[in-house]
Amino acid sequence: MDSQDQKAGEHQQVFRLLNVNGEPHQTGFSVHHSLLEVLREQLNLTGTKHGCELGECGTCTVLIDGQPVLSCLELAAECEGREITTVEGMMDGNDLHPLQEAFADLGAAQCGYCTPGILVTAKALLEENPEPTRDEIVSALAGNLCRCTGYHKILEGIEWAAAKMRGDNDYTPPKEAIYGDPLPGEGDSHA
Amino acid sequence: MHEPLDPSKKQDQRKSPTGRDFNLVGKPFRRVDGRAKVTGQTRFADDLSFPRMVHMKLVRSTVPHARIVDIDLSEAEKMPGVLGFLTGESMPNPFGILPVSQDEHALCVDKVRFVGDPVVAVAALTEEQAYEASLAVKVEYESLETIATVEEAVATPEPRIHDYGDEGNLHKKLSMQFGDTDAGFEEADEIFEDVMYFEGNTHLPMEQHATVALTEEVDRVTVYSSTQTPHYLHRSLTKVLELPASRIRVIACPNGGGFGGKSDPFNHEVCAAKMALKLGRPVKISLSREEVFYCHRGRHPVLMKIRTGVKKDGTLTSQHLQTALDGGAYGSYGVASTYYTGALQTVTYNLPKYRFDSIRAFTNKAPCGPKRGHGTPQPRFAFEVHLDKIAHSLGLDPAEMRMQQLVPADSVTSNWLKVGSMGLGKCIEAVVEGSGWKERHGKLPEGHGLGLACGSYLSGAGLPIYWNHMPQSGVQLQLDRSGGVALFCGETEIGQGSDSVVAAITAEVLGIDLKDIRLCVADTDLTPVDLGSYSSRVTLMAGNAALQAAERARDLVAKGAAKKLEVPANELVFAEGRVFHGENPEVGMTWQEAVIEAESRFGTLGTTGSYIPPRSPGRYRGAGVGPSPAYSYSAAVVETRVDPETGVYRVEHVWMAHDVGQCINPAMVMGQIEGSVYMGLGEAMMEEQVYRRLPKKRSNALVHKHPSMLEYKSPTFADMPGVTSYIIEDPDPNGPFGAKEVGQGPLLPMMPAVANSIFDAVGVRVDQVPIAPHMIRQAIEARDKGKEARFGPKKFPEVDFGTPLRVPTPEEGGDGKAINIEEAGVREGTGTMTERKDAVKGGE
Amino acid sequence: MLRLPAFQFHAPETAADAARILAEDPANTRVVAGGTDLWPNMKRRHQGAKTIVSLRSIPEMSGICVDDEGGVIIGATTTLDQITRNETVQEKYPTLVKAIASISSPVLRNTGTIGGNLCLDTRCTYYNQNEEWRRSISYCMKAEGEVCWVAPSSPRCWAVSSGDSVPMLCALGAEITLHSTEGERIVPLAELFNDDGMHYLTKRPDEILTRVRIPAPSGERTGWWKLRRRGSIDYGVLSVAVAGWCSGETTDRIEIWLGSVGSTPVRCSESIDHLIGKPLTAETIAEAAALARKGDGANPLGNTDFAPQWRGKMIEKYVDAVLREVAGLPVERLVPHHGS
Repeated sequence: MDSQDQKAGEHQQVFRLLNVNGEPHQTGFSVHHSLLEVLREQLNLTGTKHGCELGECGTCTVLIDGQPVLSCLELAAECEGREITTVEGMMDGNDLHPLQEAFADLGAAQCGYCTPGILVTAKALLEENPEPTRDEIVSALAGNLCRCTGYHKILEGIEWAAAKMRGDNDYTPPKEAIYGDPLPGEGDSHA
Repeated sequence: MHEPLDPSKKQDQRKSPTGRDFNLVGKPFRRVDGRAKVTGQTRFADDLSFPRMVHMKLVRSTVPHARIVDIDLSEAEKMPGVLGFLTGESMPNPFGILPVSQDEHALCVDKVRFVGDPVVAVAALTEEQAYEASLAVKVEYESLETIATVEEAVATPEPRIHDYGDEGNLHKKLSMQFGDTDAGFEEADEIFEDVMYFEGNTHLPMEQHATVALTEEVDRVTVYSSTQTPHYLHRSLTKVLELPASRIRVIACPNGGGFGGKSDPFNHEVCAAKMALKLGRPVKISLSREEVFYCHRGRHPVLMKIRTGVKKDGTLTSQHLQTALDGGAYGSYGVASTYYTGALQTVTYNLPKYRFDSIRAFTNKAPCGPKRGHGTPQPRFAFEVHLDKIAHSLGLDPAEMRMQQLVPADSVTSNWLKVGSMGLGKCIEAVVEGSGWKERHGKLPEGHGLGLACGSYLSGAGLPIYWNHMPQSGVQLQLDRSGGVALFCGETEIGQGSDSVVAAITAEVLGIDLKDIRLCVADTDLTPVDLGSYSSRVTLMAGNAALQAAERARDLVAKGAAKKLEVPANELVFAEGRVFHGENPEVGMTWQEAVIEAESRFGTLGTTGSYIPPRSPGRYRGAGVGPSPAYSYSAAVVETRVDPETGVYRVEHVWMAHDVGQCINPAMVMGQIEGSVYMGLGEAMMEEQVYRRLPKKRSNALVHKHPSMLEYKSPTFADMPGVTSYIIEDPDPNGPFGAKEVGQGPLLPMMPAVANSIFDAVGVRVDQVPIAPHMIRQAIEARDKGKEARFGPKKFPEVDFGTPLRVPTPEEGGDGKAINIEEAGVREGTGTMTERKDAVKGGE
Repeated sequence: MLRLPAFQFHAPETAADAARILAEDPANTRVVAGGTDLWPNMKRRHQGAKTIVSLRSIPEMSGICVDDEGGVIIGATTTLDQITRNETVQEKYPTLVKAIASISSPVLRNTGTIGGNLCLDTRCTYYNQNEEWRRSISYCMKAEGEVCWVAPSSPRCWAVSSGDSVPMLCALGAEITLHSTEGERIVPLAELFNDDGMHYLTKRPDEILTRVRIPAPSGERTGWWKLRRRGSIDYGVLSVAVAGWCSGETTDRIEIWLGSVGSTPVRCSESIDHLIGKPLTAETIAEAAALARKGDGANPLGNTDFAPQWRGKMIEKYVDAVLREVAGLPVERLVPHHGS
């Protein structure tokens, strides 16, 4: 047992130095508490949401050492010494991350509840694979459910952000993603 | 980003069909809450915390139908952290969303009616402690016989699940006849009949419901909640807590998805408020996913019999539709849902004579209610598959057949619904062209198919739930010398973008940037009433209220500026943050300067706007359900591959066209279309809220089969096909700038289009949804054995519907009234959901 | 939100230490690595433990290496994602990678481990439910109750073996190492499983599965298919794994294993016997596939997704498809999701 650990009542308490979004947090909690509980309830980082707490929906995804992980199935006690990234860690100062920009502009966040988990998952994907195909994005995100969007705006948003992050500033999302397809026989109706 | 998106730079801007040049409307802009939602700053109800806040859990019934014999709290009381309990007798007043179905208690008083019905509330210092204590509460039950299906409810009038309702265990029974349907059938060359089934399914919002209640005084409470209807929650709290409405403040937090599932006042909301008043501390309750399945209020399972008379050229002469709804254990919106399973059959294709019979049964299952499309997807599924069969049988093209008999714009249907703009023809043309329907339908190789279907939905219900003469939406604007505009509106953001709609309409009229508008929404203390985010009402109703408030503000500011600029106020243009003379744009001033002029002249500036829908022509009892200021229209073609050996299928592509009247923001319209396609696919292919009854000899259990995200199948990224969306803009005079709804309509064609595509692929019919591979396989096996190539329900239950309420159609010279009220045994008036006394009381 | 019940927690750094802690009270102690199976089960309260021993800090239990005979050894706490990304595994056992890459969802595979997948608790829609739900059916035989509700007159539990890596590893002849205070023993993976939903592992409660070894490839042709409702997240309701060794036209040896159709991985003995010594043709394959439903322990019941009778029929269709794939014959079967 960890030498810092101590008992409080029936619950085994631990103290851990958690590195969240590049900031150290010295925090104490019961050893059976998930990272999700500690982030939301101990550190007040409520940007990370929860949808089932059983690993079935992807809503609570955060990054641990750059990898998407379900925070509902991760003991916070085992997260010391690891880099934890939540949606709150995506902005650069007051500027949005390109993924956040694209999601906000395209409406890839409707209710916004699955959004934090999807954003960090997409961030991990683009850091590993700066130019993913549509299929690769689908594969990477297949564990994150969204009930609002039908996923298309999310896929388009990730593609847009990927282009921005590669420095391709000429890229724009397809017009039909925003206006719908041109009506048959009116091919140029968007011009 | 309130500048247009890159792809919509000025030269690219799509002209609105009306040719008006808008500042903002019709152009894509970042939704006003976009930044908050991508940064984790949006505060959902469960994200709130307050000093001294404690946590509550509900102890829910583990039996489906029973009398409560004893509640033993002795063990739970001793659990660590426990602060207090509530039981049913502390909240004796019943509540419910509809005045006519006040059949719920915050906690069950004497009887439980389904597994999940709450019995005890327990508060503790932490949620963990509250949960452990909830497991230690012992409730003793005396089991009662259970009812699991409509058929059982029809066959088992006693014992009753509720002691009210039209008869036995039928909550509602109705029969209405518009025109001489028998004559209509006689005119027909052929009569077609189908029995179809639509399984129940649920909303599955990603956010589990949560509520936080706080007290300020002994008799003053504030309730934050993930609710789509703060106004109706406010009413229910008033009733149960026995406090004046002015002492209760409901604030709807942004909902993490609603889809209708957060439209009822819920037990946990009432209990949180009561517990806060009891403990004098903030109380939070956050439901588990399982509890969300128990809250339900989702799609009713509906069995349907549809019988239609048709001429050889496909002309419909008469229809008789019968629906049987499995309502679950409480009323919820059920009376409205019942009417909705018939009301909108008439707004797409001419249906000169129409009869509609329906029952809604009480069963010992989680209560059903309104889900996206509220009561209309089920009969729409039946109708559109039925039409596909008719077209096939008559050798007609299903698209052509529909095009031949579209309801005309600006007409009144046989059941007295007033249709305004009607873009269904353009929708059908778009998907037919886009999908290559004419070249491909009926001509693809075995295993490949195309299916077409259409739909229509309300842009808000014409009548409020509580009849009164007050606005259904209100907006208040406050302007001052800062140039900022504060917008107050009761509308509730559930992800659909309602905040952005009211803000955009206001910004459009005032010619200002969205960033200069500060929103205060969904707060019953501070904002004018809006009835809620349901029935696709917000863009039209709150939008019209915003339009009126903004026009009034513009007129005030114009007067101020006109005096200074020495030009007539009515010649001033408001755009790009300036107020200027239309013919001489350099004569002008900034918006802020103009506001200062107006404030100097008139004092503190504020305007209001409100909206009441136009009166509908129907005057018969039941005419209250169906009318809307404007109907949206949608058409879809679905392409599907089916493996005839296994029945496994997948939807390869969807073409969806939707008549939205006028886009306020096309990017958000697209999001609603794609989201509807998604949810419709889920309902067509896999989503079902179904129950399990254990062998009766061994157990009385009747439980939700799989209340989990894993086993309730919501399609993943990997299951979503490509979607080609067409936005059709047929502006409706009743909509703000012509706008109609988009949140629900595009879901409707999906389920029948999938079923029709499967027929085109393998030549067999599955007359129910969701369509599982084994159903296709069984239909193919039946065909191979020379039996009917079909999987689906066999018969509609025997129900005596009595004498229908007869209402002559407009064509027959009717006046919108029923002609046999006494014979049909119904009351006068158009109301359906409101008791007479409530109607008379008006406001309350 | 659903939360874990309280427990005492240990994170030893050697397998020997872990085994020692486990041996103190094996009935009330559980080992965990990824936690993607155990934590949900504990949150729903159908598995419990006073003491949890995390295996994550044990370096010897993690990682992938090649042994002297060219076999591959995978530490039990190696994540599923690490395995699918490993070049050696990709090169030697591409079909295994396909099987593992289909487990649940990508985010879950970042945490879930191979040891966890092999020891995955058997699953049942009467069992994998919350405490309150299970109360409402008076519990089931597998946890606190007396009846197996999927087959109420049956004396045994019919929960389903659902580890998607298992059939392929069995077909490849993998072995596992079990570690306890008494030392290590190596057993064929196929012998780890019992045909009983409750006592589904033959391993003793004080033993820890520390690694799995896959023999060096020896010219086998392999195939693997899985049936599930959605393209991600779902457990399989049928998986078929085949490894065949042929000389010329003749099938010398073939292994056909099914997953998720019974309480144990199912070896299709009759299908196998039928094919030995024969060429893999459309005809022999169809004949063998028709026998697959008789595999030892195959008994799809109404405790997973999809209709059980249809699942039973799909065994033949899917075995046929996989064998055809292995034989290089065209396959027209449609997989039930938009694979990508």
